[in-house]
Amino acid sequence: MTVTTATTAEDAPTPVSVTMTKALNQALRDSLSDDENVLVFGEDVGRLGGVFRVTEGLRKEFGPERVWDSPLAESGIVGTAIGMAMAGMRPVVEMQFDAYAYPAFEQIVSHVAKMRNRTKGKVSLPLTIRIPYAGDIGGVEHHSDSSEAYWCSTPGLTVVTPSNPADAYSLLRDSIASEDPVIFMEPKSRYWMKDELSLPVQTAPMDRAQVVRVGSDVTLLAYGPTVRTALAAAEEGAEHGLAIEVIDLRSLSPFDDETVSASVRKTTRAAIIHEAAQFGGYGAEVAARVTEANFTHLSAPILRITGFDVPYPSPKLEEYFLPTAERILDALESWDWEL
Amino acid sequence: MTIDVPTSRSHRSLPQLQPISFIGADGQPTGVPTDGLTIPSDRTLLGLYQKMVQVRRFEAQVTHLTRQGRLATYPSAAGQEAIEVGATTALAPGDWLFPTYRDSASLLTRGVPVTEILSAFRGDWHCGFDPNEYHTSPAATPLATQTLHATGYAMAAKLKGEDACTLTFLGDGASSEGDTHEAFNFASVWQTPTVFVLANNQYAISTPLREQSNATMLADRAAGYGMPGIRVDGNDIAAVFAAVTAALERARNGEGPTLIECLTYRMESHTNSDDPTKYRDAEEVEHWKQFDPIDRLEKHLRTARILDDATAADITASAEELATSVRDAMNTDAEVDPSELFAYVYANPRANLATQQEKLEAELATAAQP
Repeated sequence: MTVTTATTAEDAPTPVSVTMTKALNQALRDSLSDDENVLVFGEDVGRLGGVFRVTEGLRKEFGPERVWDSPLAESGIVGTAIGMAMAGMRPVVEMQFDAYAYPAFEQIVSHVAKMRNRTKGKVSLPLTIRIPYAGDIGGVEHHSDSSEAYWCSTPGLTVVTPSNPADAYSLLRDSIASEDPVIFMEPKSRYWMKDELSLPVQTAPMDRAQVVRVGSDVTLLAYGPTVRTALAAAEEGAEHGLAIEVIDLRSLSPFDDETVSASVRKTTRAAIIHEAAQFGGYGAEVAARVTEANFTHLSAPILRITGFDVPYPSPKLEEYFLPTAERILDALESWDWEL
Repeated sequence: MTIDVPTSRSHRSLPQLQPISFIGADGQPTGVPTDGLTIPSDRTLLGLYQKMVQVRRFEAQVTHLTRQGRLATYPSAAGQEAIEVGATTALAPGDWLFPTYRDSASLLTRGVPVTEILSAFRGDWHCGFDPNEYHTSPAATPLATQTLHATGYAMAAKLKGEDACTLTFLGDGASSEGDTHEAFNFASVWQTPTVFVLANNQYAISTPLREQSNATMLADRAAGYGMPGIRVDGNDIAAVFAAVTAALERARNGEGPTLIECLTYRMESHTNSDDPTKYRDAEEVEHWKQFDPIDRLEKHLRTARILDDATAADITASAEELATSVRDAMNTDAEVDPSELFAYVYANPRANLATQQEKLEAELATAAQP
């Protein structure tokens, strides 16, 4: 995929192989360097550098007053981050795993999301809550949840998720700089994905979706871990003469209606792909709003290709649960293409 | 091979059993050991007395207006004036206060205008005042959540090398919430300049303290977090003010947080929609009246010849003046602007909110047509 770099062609450093973890690490480092109010704390983010090593080396570089290990209590982490943001700081906190963010649910939905509105804009909370999410890493129970629907259904939160290293860097920098609180969801299975790029990099604005593969027959809407799956389906579909367009949503809330509608009006068919369960999931909102805005342009109902409506399974069962390229192509075949 | 064990405790293990109290219910010195605290000057006590009289009048007036339907609901702190006024007055202007829904009296003490305090209960906006102007957080409704905000704010002040301390109120019910324990722990581990003022008023809506906690006293919990905990007679404002002042001084000196349990009693119902006859006897309420915080201070001040009839009359008149201003303020309808529904949710504007606002405004325009 293509990315635009902040630097001009002449002085651009030679692109190197960068993992998503490294890109996130560099985004934190650059944010800490640029703004003395940025703080990084959470469980094991200091000495260890986080269980996924996203914060590796930051404590050593910036000291324990900027980057430190907190007691093990997620509500405490988010709740104290709120107080720090009220005092003018820009905390970046880590929830170690998706399901371990749930103890912080009350602080997030009752205060992080509502403080600005509650105070008529007098108190903004510019904090970033990093949540490694989704599965496909062979994790035991509680280590593979996709919790995006909870956050997206809460007004006041901004929810973004990168699918590649360049966006990981750019979206995290933008999230930390945002006056609004951001739930920053990191797809665990893509942490080790590499791209050739030079940092720093500025990709599309943080509230915009990106067309990552152009096609004319159908639009696949994907985000985070499922972008790679959608691209694989597009690749395979092409072999069968199907021109699949893939959109990486990037921003789950707000939703980029403009980019998505333009694509859907062109292809007239769309499917949304996510790992989370289908019922009441994020795909339901996407299908509904895209249908409402484009009904007369559609030649088929919008499909949701998702995890089943069951709890996330054990490692040996996750291959049956997760949406695959094959499942996507099978689902597309269910449409009556003669319509 | 041996395992390292501590040879001493960082703080004395448990608070003294008898609550610290300077002025007894009869207005006389109690003789209770005061753990190094000193009684405030009579001049300070007179100022606190005046504020308590005003706060009590305020609570009575607002409760009355709520019964008349001018406010949606109101949780009164009647009977707890010594805690509200004593703790809040001890704060420096640059300190931050993190109150709960029952702490309107502390907002009044902090100087927040009446209409701005009451907007939440009147129903025109969740928080009616600018927190930055009064160094006071919006009153938290979800129990104990604000204890973590107070801890975080204090941590930021400490990291920035600023002088600000934070003080947060919580109740006996809230002491069971997980956030309370996380806040105690974070504050103590980080040694933040935070004072936790626990108003133990014996009831969480209807649930009595004995079904809330099996600890000998709630202040005992501080020991488990490695911070000092003390218990004071929460109806003796001299004790509350002295304890909070000392805790703030410790905090400002970099000695970390303190838990202060203030024993008191909720004289009114939880809110106006509560029915306290279902869970407590009238005799119990009567029993607590003899420990009234204002009566005892009045006795003390009159004995000390600091308060005479003329001054008392002036104070009563100032409280009546306040009540009149509350009535006047609440007897006018609050103006609300529907477009404000959308105005403050995000700093970065959103297209979907703009669309919804347009729809609402079109609806309103249609409805306004003759």
